[in-house]
Amino acid sequence: MSQVAEAAVQTKEPLFSPKNRRLLTDPLDDNNPITIQVLGICSALAVTAQVKPSLVMALCVVFVCSVSNLLISLLRKGIPSRIRMIVQLVVIATMVTLVDQVLKAFVYDLSKELSVYIGLIITNCIIMGRLEAFAMGNKPWPAFLDGIGNGLGYGAILILVAVFREVFGAGTFLGYQVIPQFIYDLGYVNNGVMVTPAAAMFLIGIFIWIQRARKPQLVDIS
Amino acid sequence: MDLVNLFLQSAFIENMVLAYFLGMCSYLAVSKTVKTAFGLGLAVIFVLTITAPVNWLLYYGVLQEGALAWIHPSFATVDLTFLYFIAFIAVIASMVQLVEMIIERFSPSLYNSLGIFLPLITVNCSILGGSLFMVQREYVLSETVVYGLGAGFGFFLAIIAIAAIREKIRYSNVPAPLRGLGIAFIITGLMGIAFMSFMGIKL
Repeated sequence: MSQVAEAAVQTKEPLFSPKNRRLLTDPLDDNNPITIQVLGICSALAVTAQVKPSLVMALCVVFVCSVSNLLISLLRKGIPSRIRMIVQLVVIATMVTLVDQVLKAFVYDLSKELSVYIGLIITNCIIMGRLEAFAMGNKPWPAFLDGIGNGLGYGAILILVAVFREVFGAGTFLGYQVIPQFIYDLGYVNNGVMVTPAAAMFLIGIFIWIQRARKPQLVDIS
Repeated sequence: MDLVNLFLQSAFIENMVLAYFLGMCSYLAVSKTVKTAFGLGLAVIFVLTITAPVNWLLYYGVLQEGALAWIHPSFATVDLTFLYFIAFIAVIASMVQLVEMIIERFSPSLYNSLGIFLPLITVNCSILGGSLFMVQREYVLSETVVYGLGAGFGFFLAIIAIAAIREKIRYSNVPAPLRGLGIAFIITGLMGIAFMSFMGIKL
């Protein structure tokens, strides 16, 4: 009886209750998928040399993460636990195939530029990790929000890295010149290191440093 | 000779971890000690060398346009290449499972040392990345085998190197907020720069 009452209370919960809102905002800072959970660095660092591909990549991850979270959460009672990895992979791979086909159809140049990295969203650990850790044990709506939140948290870091790399590495932002010509005339040159993928590692290392220096409770003791 | 060059190129110049940043998750998570890094590195070489040729056969034997024409002439225009993500990941997941069972049956000691790392490999980007690069660069079968071996060896080298550095850096006075992952990222960046010196070499 009490369970029924509890369920009734839960279904009455407003769509954007504080708890649900936290699902969206937590991954942006305290529980960021890249700097705190350290998931999903694999497929993305190489695309951050410019802002535009990173923006597209971030959108793709938000889409794949939220929709596959939603689907797995809807299916969670019907999936036998022994084959759940395969089911999750199939759902993710289907979503990524959709994204890939859409990109190929509408922005072919960009899809060529992102090359294999769109396909590698499949093995992006954030998505598998969120499916395993959240969608398998929660209702569809919170799972959907969690997917969006984690996708955005991931995208935020991606774009931040890309802004630094593009502005300092090429002097442009989204392809437009932002560092005025007279500064170049004074002897300023673009920073060549920023163009290399290694700069992405340094930037993320520095982000982790800043974030953990602000919040000592996040410090890694090992 | 071309194959030897391809091996060196895939292991050093186009190193999976340090040039393309693939397989970063397991690279950072399993590199705390050299012993575990060694196990994961071996498992990656193993799986990559098997899955790359299998996916090659699948792509050119089943998915490519016209590949199914031998069943019936009307299949000659069927192009299934858009399914290659799903096909590749399914092959990788099942190959990993198969490899795990075979090792368990024939070499329990190897199984005990690799055991826990094998399932992790399914979601290691470098495995899927290897198959996708193989398609993108249009390798033939012999090149694919060598590429898989070379890319796996490159991953092995990189993870052993970072594990050794992380074992030593434990005795150093790293600023507290940078300890653990932060410094691992920066070391990886420095290693990436070191590996860039191979880039000028033209094989």
